[in-house]
Amino acid sequence: MSAKEYRTASAARGGLLTVANVPNIAFGDRVRIRDHQGNTRNGQVIRTSNEEVLVQVFEGTAELDLESTWVRFLDEPVEIALSPEILGRVFNGLGEPRDFRPPIVSNLRRSISAAAFNPAARTYPKEFIQTGISTIDGLNSLVRGQKLPIFSASGLPHNRLAAQIVRQAKLPDDDSRFSVVFAAMGVSYTDARFFQEAFASSGVLGNVVMFVNMADDPPVERLTLPRMALTAAEYLAFDLDRHVLVVMTDMTHYAEALREVATAKGDVPARKGYPGYLYSDLAEIYERSGRIKDRHGSITLVPVLSMPSDDITHPIPDLTGYITEGQIVLSRELNNQGIYPPVHISPSLSRLMKDGIGKDFTREDHPHVSNQLYALYARALETRNLASIIGADELSARDRRYLEFADAFEQRFVRQREDEDRSIEETLNLAWDLLSAFPPQALTRVNETEIAKYHEQSA
Amino acid sequence: MKQAEKKGIIQDINGPIVTIKLPGVQNGEQVRIGSLGLYGEVISLEGEEALAQIYESTEMVRPGEPAEGLGHPLSVELGPGLIGGIFDGVQRPLEEMFLKAGDQIPRGLNPLPLDREKLWRFVPSENLEPNMPIIGGARLGAVQETETIEHRILVPPTIEGELIELAPEGDYNLEETIGQVRDRHGRVHRLKLYHRWPVRKSRPYQSRDNGVEPLITGQRILDTFFPLLKGSKCAVPGPFGAGKTVVQHQVARWANADIVIYVGCGERGNELVDVLDSFPKLKDPYTGRPLMDRTLLIANTSNMPVVAREASIYVGITIAEYYRDQGYDVVMLADSTSRWAEALREVSGRLGQMPVEEGYPAYLASRLAAFYERAGRVETMDCGKGSITLIGAVSPPGGDFSEPVTSHTKEIIQTFWALSKELADARHYPAIDWVDSFSADVGTAAEWWHESIDRGWEKRRAQALGMLARDAELSRIVNLVGPEALSSAQRWVLEGATLIKEGVLQQSALDPVDTFSSPEKQFMLLDLILSVYDEGAALIELGVPVQELAEMPVLARLRRCKELYDSSQTDRLEAFRNEALKDFKDIHSEYAQRGEQTA
Ligand SMILES: Nc1ncnc2c1ncn2[C@@H]1O[C@H](COP(=O)(O)OP(=O)(O)O)[C@@H](O)[C@H]1O
Ligand SMILES: [Mg+2]
Repeated sequence: MSAKEYRTASAARGGLLTVANVPNIAFGDRVRIRDHQGNTRNGQVIRTSNEEVLVQVFEGTAELDLESTWVRFLDEPVEIALSPEILGRVFNGLGEPRDFRPPIVSNLRRSISAAAFNPAARTYPKEFIQTGISTIDGLNSLVRGQKLPIFSASGLPHNRLAAQIVRQAKLPDDDSRFSVVFAAMGVSYTDARFFQEAFASSGVLGNVVMFVNMADDPPVERLTLPRMALTAAEYLAFDLDRHVLVVMTDMTHYAEALREVATAKGDVPARKGYPGYLYSDLAEIYERSGRIKDRHGSITLVPVLSMPSDDITHPIPDLTGYITEGQIVLSRELNNQGIYPPVHISPSLSRLMKDGIGKDFTREDHPHVSNQLYALYARALETRNLASIIGADELSARDRRYLEFADAFEQRFVRQREDEDRSIEETLNLAWDLLSAFPPQALTRVNETEIAKYHEQSA
Repeated sequence: MKQAEKKGIIQDINGPIVTIKLPGVQNGEQVRIGSLGLYGEVISLEGEEALAQIYESTEMVRPGEPAEGLGHPLSVELGPGLIGGIFDGVQRPLEEMFLKAGDQIPRGLNPLPLDREKLWRFVPSENLEPNMPIIGGARLGAVQETETIEHRILVPPTIEGELIELAPEGDYNLEETIGQVRDRHGRVHRLKLYHRWPVRKSRPYQSRDNGVEPLITGQRILDTFFPLLKGSKCAVPGPFGAGKTVVQHQVARWANADIVIYVGCGERGNELVDVLDSFPKLKDPYTGRPLMDRTLLIANTSNMPVVAREASIYVGITIAEYYRDQGYDVVMLADSTSRWAEALREVSGRLGQMPVEEGYPAYLASRLAAFYERAGRVETMDCGKGSITLIGAVSPPGGDFSEPVTSHTKEIIQTFWALSKELADARHYPAIDWVDSFSADVGTAAEWWHESIDRGWEKRRAQALGMLARDAELSRIVNLVGPEALSSAQRWVLEGATLIKEGVLQQSALDPVDTFSSPEKQFMLLDLILSVYDEGAALIELGVPVQELAEMPVLARLRRCKELYDSSQTDRLEAFRNEALKDFKDIHSEYAQRGEQTA
C-alpha cells in the first residue's frame, strides 16, 4: 500500500490528469486527489508507464492547480463494500452514501469491474414475469434474467412505465425474495423524486438499493455508477439468492459521459463522436444480467434510454438493441393521442419470449396469438396509410375491417391505466376479443384448434 | 519451443495494449505478461520494444512486472475431442474452466484445449507401410470421435519424409506416439493423435475446386430462392432483431453438412446457452444422431475481452480447415463478423493508426477478404474433396448497408441473405428481403435440383420471383390510386404473391414441423401454390370474380400446408394438392357451363 503522495501532476485536460515520474502504478488503480483547497477528488488510472500515469478524475479537473495538487495511488481497484445492509440505502456513483447515513462497513469488498460470466456457467432464462401490462406480457414477454430496455425519448412516460413494471412485476404462484436495484445517471431531481415516491408507495423501499447521480453531479461518476449498481445486484442475486430487478436510467447520459472522457483521451471516434468501443463497454454492463447454473437468484435488467431526436438508429439505442434481448419502444404518436403506455408494437421485441410462454408457462395459444396480432397490426397500419391517401370510403369492406382493428387494438389492448394490473389470461382473452372481429380464415397465424377453442364465431 | 525462453519487462499499459521490453521476440509471437501470466500476442516491434495485445483484462497489472515470449504464434490444438466442445476465442475449454474456476472466467488460467487422458481407438490406414514416403496431410489412420464422425489422423502439414513407424490398432491417448517420420534432413518426428497449427496461416491443400452441389438448409427462402453451394461464402446482414442469429442457428441445425462450427463472436452469452441446451436434444435430420455430435462452439461473447474476440474467428476457421482436410463438408458460422471488425478497429485505434472510414483502419477490406478466402471446396492432400462453407452475420450500425463492413463484405461473397427490418416488424420470418438478396450460385444449384428433385425448379423459382416483383409494382399503384385501379388479373397477382409469402417464404423456426423443410417438400409447396395461382388466373380469364376465388376456403388451408405436413408426409401433401386443384376444376366447369348457356 503506497501511502506516498505525489505532487508531479503535469497536465489537466477534460476529466484527465497526467502525473509524471511515478513508478510501478497499476492499471485501473484507484486514485485520491487533494486539490489546493484541501478537497478530495477520486480517480482511476487509465494508462500507466514509469514515465507517466494518466488518471481519469471522476469529479473533473476544473479549478485544479497543478502546482498544488497531491495525488495518492491506493493500490486497489475501484470497489464497493457489500452487506445485506445495502438494502434501503442510497449511494452515489462511487458507492458513497448520499442519504446522510454512515457508510457500509463490511469485510466484503468487490471490484466493480467483474470478470465476464463464463457462457458455460449460464442457464437460459425461461420464467415468465407477469408485468400486468398487455403490450409487454402478451406481445413482448419479459422473463427472469432477461435484459429488456425501454427505448424512449424526451417527454414520453418511460419513468411511469418503469415504475409500473417495478410495482406489478411478479411470477405467477411465486413469492420468493425479490429486490430492486435502481441506478440513475444524470437524472433530474423531479425524476429521482418520482422513483423514490413510487418505491415508497408500493412498499418496496426497504428492498431497494439506489445509486443516484443527478444531472448536476459530475458526469464522469456516471461511468462507475452502473458497475457499482450491478456489483450490488450480483451480490443480492448470487450471494443472497434474491431475484433482482435492475432499473437503469438514463443510459444515454451514461454514453454521453463516456464520449466526453473518450474525446478528452483523444480516442478515435466511430459514429457521432462516440468511441468505437461503446459497443463493448455497453455489453460489459448489459451482459451482467442473467441466470447462473446452481444459483437461485437472478438479475433482470430494464435499462431506460432516451433516443436523441427520436432516432432509433442513433448509436446509443442501436448498439443497445444489438446487445439486449429485445426492446420496448415508446411512440410519440401514441403518446400524443393520449394512449398510455404508448408502446410502439412494430419495432418492439422480446427475444427470450419464445421459451418462456406457451403451454406449460402461460397458455398454449400465447405464441400464435402474439404473432397473429403483430401480423394483423402491420397490415392494419398499411391500410391506415392507404386510407390517408385515397380516403377511407374507397377501401374495400375487407380493408375497412383492418382499419377498425387498428383503432380497437390501440384503444383497448395497448391502452391501459397506470394502476391496471391485467393477468395474462385477461390479456389473451382481450386479444381473442379483437381477433374475433375477423373471420377464422383470415387468421392464419393461429391454428385450427385454437380458433375452435377461442374464436367467438366458432364458439 | 525448446529454445531458451525470452524474458523481459512491462513498460506501458494502455487497456489491452501493453508495451514490453523483450529483446529477440518475434512479431506474432505469444507472450505471457505480469505476475498473473496473462496471455497475449505481439502485434508490432520497434527496436527492443514490442507492442502486445492481451487476451485478458489488464486490471491491476503494473509496469516493471515480468513478460516472456513463448516462442510460437497463436496456435490451436487439432485432434480428437474437439467436437461437442465449447471453447473461448483462444481455444480455452469453457466447460472445464467452469468446473475448475466457477461462474466467472479467471485470468491467467490456461487449461489445455484437449483432454490428455482420454483413450481413443486408433485404426491405422491400410495402405501405409514403413519406409514409404509420406507427405504432410497424409491420412495415418482414424479414430471414432463421435458416433457419426470418423476423425482422420493426418500427418501435420509441415512434415514430409519417410514413414519409419506406424502404431498398430489400439487405444492411445493424445500424447502417445502413433507414428514416426524421418524428414530429408534426417530428423525424426514423432507423430501423435493431435498437432498444433498457427491460426493466422491457412492450411495447405492440393488444389481448389468449384462448388458442385447446394448446401441444403431446410429453409425455403434460402434453398429455393437464394441457394448457397458447399464451399461458398455468404453474408447475412441485418439490423438488430431482424433475425441474423436465428438464420445462423437454423443453418447450424438443419444443414446437410458433416461438421458445423459456430463462432459466437462478440454476441450474447445466452445465445450460446441456447445452442448448448437445444442441440443435444435435437436430431440431425440426416443421421438421426444428436446435433451436438457434429457441432463445435467457439464463444467469445460481447463482454469478454475484445482482443480474444479478434482471434476467435481465426481459431474457428483453422479448426474448419482441419476437418476439411479430413475430407469433410464443414459449415462455419460467424456471428458476427462486424464485432470482429470492431475489435480490429479498437486495437488499431489504440495503436494510433490512421483511420480511413468510420474509424476503421485501411486494412479492413484486405483482412476481410483474406478471411473469407479461407472458405472453399478443395482437393485435400489425402482425403479426397473437402469444403468449408462460410456464413458470416454482419451487423451494420443503424441497419445501413452502405457502411464499411457490409459494403466490403458484399464484394467478397457469392450469396447475400439481406434481412429487412420492415419484414421483421411485420413478423414475416425469416425476414429475408427477396429484392436485396442474391445468389451467384443459382445456375449450379439448378442442375442439382433438376437432377435430384424436379426439372421444373428453375422455371417455378423464376415465376415466383417474377410475381413478387409484380406484387411490389402493383402495390405501389394501389398506394397511389387505390385498389379500384387494378384489373381482376392484377388483383389475382396480389393474391398469388400473398400466398407465396405466407405459404412458402414465411417459415417459423419455432414451429416443430415447419422448422425444417426437405427439398422435396419445398418444391411441392412452391409448385402447389403456383399451380393454384395458374388455375385461378385461367378462371379469371373466364370471368370468375377475384373475390370469389380469394374467399375459397381451400386457400386458408393452403397457407397452412407448410406446418400441417412434415417432410415425410409428401403423400398427404399430394392428396391435398389434388383436392385443392379439384375445387378449381369444379368452378371451371361451372363457369364453362354457364358460358355455354349464355352463348
Ligand atoms: N425464422 C424465424 N422464426 C421465428 N422467429 C424468428 C425467426 N427469425 C427471427 N425470429 C424472431 O426474431 C427475433 C430476433 O432474431 P435474431 O436472430 O436474434 O436477430 P438478430 O440476430 O438479427 O439481432 C428472435 O428472437 C425471434 O423471436
Ligand atoms: Mg444476433
